[in-house]
Amino acid sequence: MAIKEFMSPVPGIFYTQPSPDEPVYKQVGDVVSEGDSLCLVEVMKSFHTIVSDTSGTFKGYLVENEDEVSPGQVLLEIEISE
Amino acid sequence: MSINKLLIANRGEIAVRICRAAQELGIKTVQVYSDADEDSLAVKIADETVNIGPASASKSYLNMEVILQAAKEVDADAVHPGYGFFSENAEFAEAVTNAGMIFVGPSGETIRQMGDKISARYAADKAGVPTVPGSKGLLSDFAEAKDVADQYGFPLMVKATAGGGGRGIRIVENIEELERAIAEASTEAKAAFGNGGLYIEKYIETGRHVEVQLLGDGTDVVHFFERECSLQRRRQKVWEEAPAFLLTESVRNKLCESAVSLAKSVNYKGAGTVEFLYDETSEDFFFIEMNTRIQVEHPVTEMITGVDLLREMIRVANGEKLRFKQDEIKIKGHAIEVRLNAEDASNNFLPNPGVVSKVHFPGGPGVRMDTHLFANYKISPYYDSLLGKLIVHDEDRLSAIKRLERALSELEIEGVKTTKPLFQALAKDPSVISGDYDTKWLESWLETNSSNLSR
Repeated sequence: MAIKEFMSPVPGIFYTQPSPDEPVYKQVGDVVSEGDSLCLVEVMKSFHTIVSDTSGTFKGYLVENEDEVSPGQVLLEIEISE
Repeated sequence: MSINKLLIANRGEIAVRICRAAQELGIKTVQVYSDADEDSLAVKIADETVNIGPASASKSYLNMEVILQAAKEVDADAVHPGYGFFSENAEFAEAVTNAGMIFVGPSGETIRQMGDKISARYAADKAGVPTVPGSKGLLSDFAEAKDVADQYGFPLMVKATAGGGGRGIRIVENIEELERAIAEASTEAKAAFGNGGLYIEKYIETGRHVEVQLLGDGTDVVHFFERECSLQRRRQKVWEEAPAFLLTESVRNKLCESAVSLAKSVNYKGAGTVEFLYDETSEDFFFIEMNTRIQVEHPVTEMITGVDLLREMIRVANGEKLRFKQDEIKIKGHAIEVRLNAEDASNNFLPNPGVVSKVHFPGGPGVRMDTHLFANYKISPYYDSLLGKLIVHDEDRLSAIKRLERALSELEIEGVKTTKPLFQALAKDPSVISGDYDTKWLESWLETNSSNLSR
């Protein structure tokens, strides 16, 4: 079973939810479809939503909500469905 | 002076600018800072500093209680909000005043009046300032919108009264779109701003952005002429000039006097700017909004008038009368400011925080750098991307552009990508040199030229 890692495209601040009042994008075990939003990286007031280009099962975030991330850092993993 | 200690409720280059002005007036400064700004220039040069919490602005620079608590602790008697953050927040201005301190800016009431688009438009109308044709006030129903459409034709703009800075605006081309936009925009504005109120204006497709700098002491108001800020990307100004070279003397007088009459009608106290859309062909100008704070581009006005606006706004906040009569304020030469942002202009202006490994700022006659950068400074991802402003002043516009080119060639900021290559290209562009552009020009220019902007 293949695991796909999603990396941050930019240095910034990592968020697991679209805004503080909204639920997290994904929880461990959730089904992920292509096109689903997975997390958010904010850099200097510009927001980058990371969108899934695959379908599968959400394995979890590797970074805490609101932590600083660097470009190329792995943010989350998805187990690709066969 | 009754202000002895000024708390600076901001960060970055404007915090440095405020600190310098206050210290020159013999006022002690207190710099508040988040965890991310501990090593910032503003913290280094301030007389006192107070940590106000985590890097995230909502927990520090936008935390009203923590800032007021800090002001109390250090016994500050005034608070300067700078621009952004709490600068146009009526509640903050009132909280500062209620805590027995001076807010360096207009009253909460004035901030509220000018912050609400309809009440600002109403105030402008009443003061005889031309506004864009449209609905008289808040739309009550679709029939009223239809009347406006019948009277002025399309395209029209549906705007949220609580919007601003380009947010909450929809452009419609026909009656069906108008009906849909009204339904959607109201719901959207309610969700985004907590106020679903809408109004309609005629959409003027091309125009130039011209704005008048004002200073009021609560009774008298003077203007410091105007700025031209049409070079914009996504409604953000990138290059600003003073004066607006395209205005005839009579239009300039009309424009500046109309801004003064609006400010006088609300007994304006502090530094402020009235923004206008200017139609070059008809020489008509229309009120857009009034900003009740010091603006990023204030230095170009300082350069052509020789007045330190930051010091003057502190003086009037302190209760002093204006020190200038209108006829004593004169334009000398031409000034240009460019905004150096930590953005990669060749890659869709992708923000680009990181460590500045080396800096060298240009010098020589007529060159000014307003910046918080220094070598080995770490640019934080938490705040906006403005690194500083390069301002040049010369005897006329063309020599100012040449001076800008020369200054840019001396400027070195290493370790991060900046918008310097954009300005090097613009300074050589025939349309920029001839001054032939409107607020839409830069975006279409970038479509052709942005790939050549890497260094």
